[in-house]
Amino acid sequence: MEKNKTKRVSGLARPAFRSKLITYVLAAGFFGVSALLVQAEVAGSLYEGLLIPMCCYIMMAVSLNLTVGILGELSLGHAGFMCVGAYVGAVFSIVTRTAIPSAWIRFPLALLLGGLTAALFGVVIGIPILRLRGDYLAIVTLAFGEIIRKLVENLYIAVDANGLHFSFAKAIDPLSMDLATKKDILNGPMAVSGIPRDTTLLLAVLFVMLTLFVVMNLIDSRSGRAIMAIRDNRIAAEATGISITKHKLIVFTVSAFFAGLAGVLYAHSSTLKSTQFDYNLSIQILVFVVLGGIGSTRGAMIATVILYALPELLRFLQDYRMLVYAIVLIVMMLLNNNARFHQLKQTLFQRKAKEETT
Amino acid sequence: MSFISFLISGISLGSIYALIALGYTMVYGIAKMLNFAHGDVIMVGGFVVFTAMSTMQQPVWLSILMGMVVCTVLGVTIEKIAYKPLRNASPLSVLITAIGVSYLLQNLALLIFGSSSQTFQSVVSLPPIRITETLVITGETIVTIITTVVIMVGLTLFINRTKPGQAMLAVSEDRGAAQLMGVNVNGTISLTFAIGSALAAVAGVLLCSMYPQINAYTGQMPGIKAFIAAVFGGIGSIPGAMIGGVLLGIIENLSRAYISSQLSDAIVFAVLILMLLIKPTGILGRKLNEKV
Amino acid sequence: MNKQMKKLFSVTLAGVLAASCLASCGGDSKETTAAAGTEAAETEAAGETTAAAGETEAAGESTEAAAAEGGTFLIGGIGPVTGGAAVYGNAVKNGAELAIQEINAAGGVNGMTLALDFQDDENNTEKAVNAYNTLKDHNIKVLMGTVTSDPCIAVAERTYEDNMFQLTPSGSSVPCTQYENAFRICFNDPAQGGASAQYISTMGLASKVAVIYDSSTSYSAGIYQNFAQEAASLGIEVVAAEAFTADSNTDFSVQLQKIQEADPDLVFLPIYYEEAALILKQADTMGMDMTFFGCDGLDGVIGQLGADADLAEGVMLLTPFVADASDAKTQAFTKAYQEAYGDTPNQFAADAYDAIYTIKAALEQAGVTDPEIDPSELCELLKPAMTQITVEGLTGTMTWTADGECNKEPKGMIIENGSYTAIE
Repeated sequence: MEKNKTKRVSGLARPAFRSKLITYVLAAGFFGVSALLVQAEVAGSLYEGLLIPMCCYIMMAVSLNLTVGILGELSLGHAGFMCVGAYVGAVFSIVTRTAIPSAWIRFPLALLLGGLTAALFGVVIGIPILRLRGDYLAIVTLAFGEIIRKLVENLYIAVDANGLHFSFAKAIDPLSMDLATKKDILNGPMAVSGIPRDTTLLLAVLFVMLTLFVVMNLIDSRSGRAIMAIRDNRIAAEATGISITKHKLIVFTVSAFFAGLAGVLYAHSSTLKSTQFDYNLSIQILVFVVLGGIGSTRGAMIATVILYALPELLRFLQDYRMLVYAIVLIVMMLLNNNARFHQLKQTLFQRKAKEETT
Repeated sequence: MSFISFLISGISLGSIYALIALGYTMVYGIAKMLNFAHGDVIMVGGFVVFTAMSTMQQPVWLSILMGMVVCTVLGVTIEKIAYKPLRNASPLSVLITAIGVSYLLQNLALLIFGSSSQTFQSVVSLPPIRITETLVITGETIVTIITTVVIMVGLTLFINRTKPGQAMLAVSEDRGAAQLMGVNVNGTISLTFAIGSALAAVAGVLLCSMYPQINAYTGQMPGIKAFIAAVFGGIGSIPGAMIGGVLLGIIENLSRAYISSQLSDAIVFAVLILMLLIKPTGILGRKLNEKV
Repeated sequence: MNKQMKKLFSVTLAGVLAASCLASCGGDSKETTAAAGTEAAETEAAGETTAAAGETEAAGESTEAAAAEGGTFLIGGIGPVTGGAAVYGNAVKNGAELAIQEINAAGGVNGMTLALDFQDDENNTEKAVNAYNTLKDHNIKVLMGTVTSDPCIAVAERTYEDNMFQLTPSGSSVPCTQYENAFRICFNDPAQGGASAQYISTMGLASKVAVIYDSSTSYSAGIYQNFAQEAASLGIEVVAAEAFTADSNTDFSVQLQKIQEADPDLVFLPIYYEEAALILKQADTMGMDMTFFGCDGLDGVIGQLGADADLAEGVMLLTPFVADASDAKTQAFTKAYQEAYGDTPNQFAADAYDAIYTIKAALEQAGVTDPEIDPSELCELLKPAMTQITVEGLTGTMTWTADGECNKEPKGMIIENGSYTAIE
């Protein structure tokens, strides 16, 4: 991205600790209150159902923000990492469901496996695209994300008494299998169901906190400052001895790892369908990051909560729902960049603050 | 023999990508923004022509003209309302707004025209050319290729030989410096959008003639493919868009024919990645100058 | 992001939180009126844009409606109303609304008035679950949905947990009805794929078959898988199986060329009519003269071809419903549908219409008269009732087995002189 566009100053005088604390409290507070509302049956099923996916998307947005906001490289393939995590985790859990009956052992393993595989993809994708920048990089990440999805869509895995059967691009020959004990795990484009529902709200929130903790501390570390230096002026950063390759790879790997974790959590709360992880999802996550204020972890989190809930809250509009959502998106983006609106906000909030004190 | 036939159908598919990519790369190269709504402007163009022809019973030339006028007005309006206020914001903000505009156009079309695909009556009355029994080039393909070449030559001449064209080039090189030299930057970008959107209308008509159906999502996939074609050829390069589009069509069809019809989308992306790794700025893209 | 922005966001966040609570609390009384016709739904939607004020208004309306006779029995519906699959969701919504209007005009079910609350899922599994949760907040008693297979599988997991009765009009994938609370109106994929192969074999239509299918949708890939299996056991040779995906579903020249080289007796098209129309057209341009054979998705192909409707001549399909069938029931339905929505109904609309009548029959069989019955209790009553009823629907005479499958006869049709004619 262009180097002079981000307002955030990477100074040493940041009251970093207070800022981080506010973010934790905000996340814990929001989900705590939500859990209470659900428990007290004040909030309905819709609200309850939104919370776990919301946690997954917060993890996605916070990790994408690391690539887009902190490193300053546009990635349009973040959903691909989530897809890897989700499918690896799901297949692992389905296969080992009988071998490891305890969710306490199985689920952490699934999470680790999903996260690490996604991180591996992060490295594999990160290395070749070190040469690319800007829109060219954006399209290559988009391409990687789509390739991952297409590959998953053509994967067939089934299990029977003789063990696992794999096939690519065509259905497994039924004659090669023991049909009495046959069970499809992945069946091409068909949705994957029967994944153990191991993800609880508490667990999802804990992982959101973990993501926030790791990402915010990374940003605030020596490496984080080096990454921001690369974003602000690559050549100057290189001249001061910062290794661009190393730092870019750190970002891609960490970012992919958390996207993978989000995928595993997501898979264990729902059914999977490969088309969910298309470029539209990557763009959706990017919208969260940009509307939250590029580079701001807390902003990404808040924007995710609002924008994820918005289309669901607009359901009463019936046929006009998505139309209104589109308009809200445009208007939010325009207001976000409007100087007059910022002024208005300032005066409004000051007046409010005064009223509160009196 | 069959190879030639696959090749020709690939060129036919690619010519439509190339046509869309021309409008895409124009806005992309000059306004320096990914106009994700371009595909949906194509859809609007298609619907205007569809309405003019089948509901209002207008002749073909008038319908196309109407489509171009509506799209031009639409393009300039979108630019004024949604993109211009963000001229100094980060390019990402504009990208998100463009996505918002894309959703808006799709959902408007869905509400107005309903969700069923409408049958589009081809505007081309040229008979297909039969080279052998199985090798056929449709009239639509011929018209599309001719149109694409004419537009490509026209745009190149316009940019290199006329004053507004030179202004566009200046704006794309350095917006600030162009302004200092007395170029009307806002006017130039508006003009870019006007031309780009008029081209989108033409592309919409030919797209819907070649594959004679239209619904609210008709422009979405071709829009993405054209974006890929534009990157393939080198962002901002007009001949590049043409080459990129045709190559994309050929790769898509050959991989479908010889490798796997299920995986052809993935193969196209893989080739794109390889290509960009070898030549990081596309086929005809210029090397980015970096300032310290 | 500066300080003001942060403040603004925190306030908006609080606002969203408050609004969502409000929405979910209000959900109980809200939207019970949803379907008494589209007009009512539209005015309500318009009324509710003024947030809290609209809410009370809606609540007022619902009490009024409930006061009428034996109360309103709320049926939930889920399907794609926006997005690429919107055409199917809208057809189901319209077909179901039509059936409900008819039933209510004829006095309702056991004194109860039926109403439909239809929610959008954009053909996305996650959105479908959200839609189901919304419907639960609106206190639906049974679920008619979802329209497409994959969202249906996701929602079936939830309805099973809640023991909510689910009847999908068109979810054809096998796992859609894997739990005992779920039933379907359409054929499942193995039935369609297998039946097609058997039909081709018994009618002696072909010994060499080529297939063009959509490898990215469950419907098409599911039918193809089962067709291939059955064909192999019947000795039909599949000489070419060419796929396309939802991302490249306009140009079929390569697939057609390869099929031409394979020289089959018949081309099997387990796909929807939009793509089929393009395939017929492109095959014609290439000078191919093939026999095409399809499933229920092919109904509507004549209309989609427009001026080139003669290209559909000779196309065969195995389907339970065609819009221009000659029986009085179908004709009345097609006419009413065209008058109400200005569109020809497809098999999705017919499936939904039958689904509502099936729910009616099951409610009558179980003797349900209380519209405020607990959904789980209701489900226990409806499950046995489903296996006892016989419904004379648009898509044939239907009975159900306890595993959720519908027994009905597909009809072999051939397109002759621009209309569907039964093969004798």
